[in-house]
Amino acid sequence: MLKSIQRKDVMSTVPPSRRAAIVAGVRTPFARSGTILGDVPALTLAREAVKELLYRSELDGAEVDEVIWGQVVVSVLTPNVGREVSLLPQFPSNVPGYSLNRACASGAQAFTNAADQIERGHADVIVAGGVESLSDIPILHSRRFSRTLVEAGKAKSLGGRLVAFGKVRPRDLIPLTPAISEPSTGETMGQSAEKMAKENGITREAQDRIALMSHQRAAAATADGRLTAEIIPWFGGRNLDEVSTSDNGIRTDTSLEALAKLRPVFDRKYGTVTAGNSSPLTDGAAAVLVMADEKARALGYEPLAYLRSYAVTAVDPGWQLLMGPATAVPKALARAGISWNELGLVEIHEAFASQVLSNVQAWGSKAWADRLGLPGPVGEVDWDRTNVMGGSIAVGHPFAATGARLVTQLANEMRRRDVQFGLISICAQGGMGFAMVLERT
Amino acid sequence: MSAFDIATDNGIAVLTFDLPNEPVNKLNAAVTVEFAALLERLRNDGGVRAVVLISGKPDSFIAGADIEEFTRLTTQQDAEALSREGQEMMNRVEAFPKPFIAAINGACLGGGFELALACHYRIATDGPKTQIGLPEVQLGLLPGAGGTQRLPRLIGARAALDIILAGKAERGGRAYKLGMVDELVAPPILRQVALAAADRIARTGVPHRDSRGGAAAALLDRTPVGRRLVYKEARKTVLRKTGAHYPAPLAALESVRIGLEHGMEAGLADERRRFGELAVGDVSRKLVQIFFATTSLKKDDGVRDAAAADVRPVRRLCVIGAGFMGAGIAGTAILNAEVEVRLKDAELPRVGKGIKAAASILDERLRRRRLTRPAHQRLVALLSGAADFSGFTRADLVIEAVFEDLKVKRQVLAEAERELRPDAVFATNTSTIPIADIAAGAAHPERVIGMHFFSPVEKMPLLEIIPHAGTSAAAIVTAARFGRKMGKTVIVVADRPGFWVNRILTPYLNEAGLLLAEGVPVELIDQTMTRFGFPVGPVALLDEVGLDVGQKAASVMRAAYGARFEPSHVVDRMVADQRLGRKNGRGFYRYEDGKKQGVDAGAYAVIGVRPRDAGVSPTMVEQRLLYAMLNEAAMAASEDVVRSPRDGDIGAIFGIGFPPFRGGPLRMLDDLGPRRVVEVLQELASAYGERFTPAPSLVAMAADGRKFYPG
Repeated sequence: MLKSIQRKDVMSTVPPSRRAAIVAGVRTPFARSGTILGDVPALTLAREAVKELLYRSELDGAEVDEVIWGQVVVSVLTPNVGREVSLLPQFPSNVPGYSLNRACASGAQAFTNAADQIERGHADVIVAGGVESLSDIPILHSRRFSRTLVEAGKAKSLGGRLVAFGKVRPRDLIPLTPAISEPSTGETMGQSAEKMAKENGITREAQDRIALMSHQRAAAATADGRLTAEIIPWFGGRNLDEVSTSDNGIRTDTSLEALAKLRPVFDRKYGTVTAGNSSPLTDGAAAVLVMADEKARALGYEPLAYLRSYAVTAVDPGWQLLMGPATAVPKALARAGISWNELGLVEIHEAFASQVLSNVQAWGSKAWADRLGLPGPVGEVDWDRTNVMGGSIAVGHPFAATGARLVTQLANEMRRRDVQFGLISICAQGGMGFAMVLERT
Repeated sequence: MSAFDIATDNGIAVLTFDLPNEPVNKLNAAVTVEFAALLERLRNDGGVRAVVLISGKPDSFIAGADIEEFTRLTTQQDAEALSREGQEMMNRVEAFPKPFIAAINGACLGGGFELALACHYRIATDGPKTQIGLPEVQLGLLPGAGGTQRLPRLIGARAALDIILAGKAERGGRAYKLGMVDELVAPPILRQVALAAADRIARTGVPHRDSRGGAAAALLDRTPVGRRLVYKEARKTVLRKTGAHYPAPLAALESVRIGLEHGMEAGLADERRRFGELAVGDVSRKLVQIFFATTSLKKDDGVRDAAAADVRPVRRLCVIGAGFMGAGIAGTAILNAEVEVRLKDAELPRVGKGIKAAASILDERLRRRRLTRPAHQRLVALLSGAADFSGFTRADLVIEAVFEDLKVKRQVLAEAERELRPDAVFATNTSTIPIADIAAGAAHPERVIGMHFFSPVEKMPLLEIIPHAGTSAAAIVTAARFGRKMGKTVIVVADRPGFWVNRILTPYLNEAGLLLAEGVPVELIDQTMTRFGFPVGPVALLDEVGLDVGQKAASVMRAAYGARFEPSHVVDRMVADQRLGRKNGRGFYRYEDGKKQGVDAGAYAVIGVRPRDAGVSPTMVEQRLLYAMLNEAAMAASEDVVRSPRDGDIGAIFGIGFPPFRGGPLRMLDDLGPRRVVEVLQELASAYGERFTPAPSLVAMAADGRKFYPG
């Protein structure tokens, strides 16, 4: 299954000067969908994050070679959000931009794509990131009504138009909203998380403990400013004087008891996955400034961390949908040429607590290691070094923004703790797993 | 050197107008002569079937007549003769036996549009520089080359009066909609479309023009009774807008009327006669002087040798203080100068409010369709804010607009300097604090300069720039150029209390206070001065400025200049009664939903008087107010507060609303004659007090006959 790991070519051959350095990163506050960012188009979120990244890093927009941007639920009016961001007046108009979709790993993919370009010498400075607005999702007409509208548009007379509309039946008028379900299986994310809890024997209490830890740690990191340092102020309200400087999904006062009271959502009778131990639908954007090491130093920046390796894998979505990290992490570690125990910090994206615990279980399992053809288990998670500022359950999960948040958050914490290696693990729709290793020096 | 070039192709002669050594095309005597000769040649040239008139300049078709020539006219007869020459030239074009087509890109104004109107067919581009109209009344003139006759015939009386009486110019798209041109095309294909039109018209004649405006036009524009209504309405509008101080719009209206009711010939005769009267009249002379003054100010960077100064263009502006003033500066800078603006204040909610206020200036333009949605979106993206100094290290210019307090301003300067590049310019927006005091103690005092904006920033046209003794030339030039990019008329003034505008305004406002304290009614004071030509009276102005602001400024001026600036108790009492003017809806006037209503009778009780009409003559009110200002203007001018009388007069007109048709206070002093002014001041001094003691410089001028404007 992990053929590439067995090859011994895993260490990077990138010359030190071309290493991709994380110079800075910012994000908007992450807000539960339909709250303070409810009326803000995704593009605006992305542009504000990038503007503020430039001002805070005191970077001249003319230094930027490219903008790479992730978005999962694409806005119909701005399908290429990356290009629209690169058209900010803070950039010269010759800065190209593009968008990508690696599902929930899009922000991370934007960052590694940037790193690839920099290592190749195609670019020196790239702004990468991701945005999601689940308040601003496209609502579609039914196929039949869409066809009617097209026909009516082409009709040359009022009569023709009326004939076209005459074919419409009431059920054609029901709009379609994109569901967060697998096109290949029809299963929703939550159903998958529920399935994984059952198959892997993850208890309700274990899940609630993960959720509680997420909230408590995020609340502490908000209070001591580690999280908020990365957040740009969001000016909201009619007069723009209602300013948000932190995420609004973090519950400082939650408890195991409160979490235990919540009813399961996806299997009301025997289920364990609740709104409390899942990440909420969230609006937000995150941006990372990536540079070639030599360029960063020439411009006078002290890099926070560098990309050492990354890996993307996939599993059958009909099996355990969110199990991708179980295969991606060992691959990224092998490519980094380091072992699990060398990791000073680990960031696991928390789509669902059941998914986090399933991934953790797999990494620690001999049976999994055998399945993957590894000599032993990947590693045991040490929670003192893992998700130390909470995770997506508390902070929120604007799909494509999460990866970029994790890169910035991990890089900053690695600097604060003076940790050499850090790992990011992200599960993504379609059975995909994404893992990357950052290094300090 | 020839101004025209002819290239004939397939029987179509393309006549390219490219005036040598000038940035724009204009019509002058030499051009007229050359053009007349060319017409003869083209008429007799059997190989020419049609003519296309096009410009060789990138941004102008023909920007108008050469105004310099107007200033050399000395008699009404000369002026009328000039108008007749213009009319005859246009008549010859109109009567030209072959199709004559105007291909218009860029400014097509005044005489330029009159020439286009005489052509048989007009094609304009929708390019951003295309402006088509008749701005003559703005110079106190009327379109004297047939414009008052041909435009109404082309687009109807109402639409034509709308343009002629306001001196308007329209973009290509709107001009096409109104029927001012026959076709609208993209700039790159103008020539090609014009050639095709020339060929077509040479073969099949000028196409029929549909009459415009439907039933309303049929009733109002095309019946004598309807037109009578139109004239009456237009007259009312003119009188409301100009207060009868400006004869040109009414004269133009009369020429239009005579032309439409009594025929073209009578109309043209009336037009040239009135042009003659207006051109040598006092109002037009003054407006033309102001035109030249503002034109020369646009090239004046405020230092002797601007080329020698090491100036960098402003790409990023940082504004400290997100209040009303700071937000106004931010919004106006983005709108007109299209620079990045970073708005900083101590508290984030204040920053947010400031961003909102700055953006609302852009939103307003979007609402009024002065900005397209994409342009608006692009401009809004230039705006951001923070509670820290992030973004300052790349600032080229900082404008500080914090509270009027020396300590606060110096602290803000010190904080900003820690972040700024050494060559970034730091401007302070103040109306009362000496710039030298703010700059003292700065790490780089040479980059500190005053920029005195007037409120509301997006509307007020003037900007005073105040270098202190140690300000570098680079800082002056940077501030002056950026001020102009913001759309302001910029004057560089001395670092003396009140600078120029508030220096001459304060005695005027003080005098209004003294009149009020004597029981002179608000209406009498304000109406007297609006009749004099000010847009608002001094009492209403106090309400607009804010009585607390006025009070503070007055006390600073009193401290600086002594008893001459002693204010009445009126403003103090109003402020003590929490009457701050428009901003809190309580002042000398009443306000409802921000709209000014009548005089608030309660104000008299507050200032402790009973209003009395009897025994107060408007003449005396006018004299006291006006001479207080004139005397101070002479005094300040003698102290070199302004660099030239030109700057002083422009400052008063654009900063205070001094009546333009009077030319400004210094021009007025010249017109009245220093001797006469000194006499009046002496009378006023003996009747009302020492404050009217004539300025020593005026006394000297009265003695030796010198003037502010020699010659």
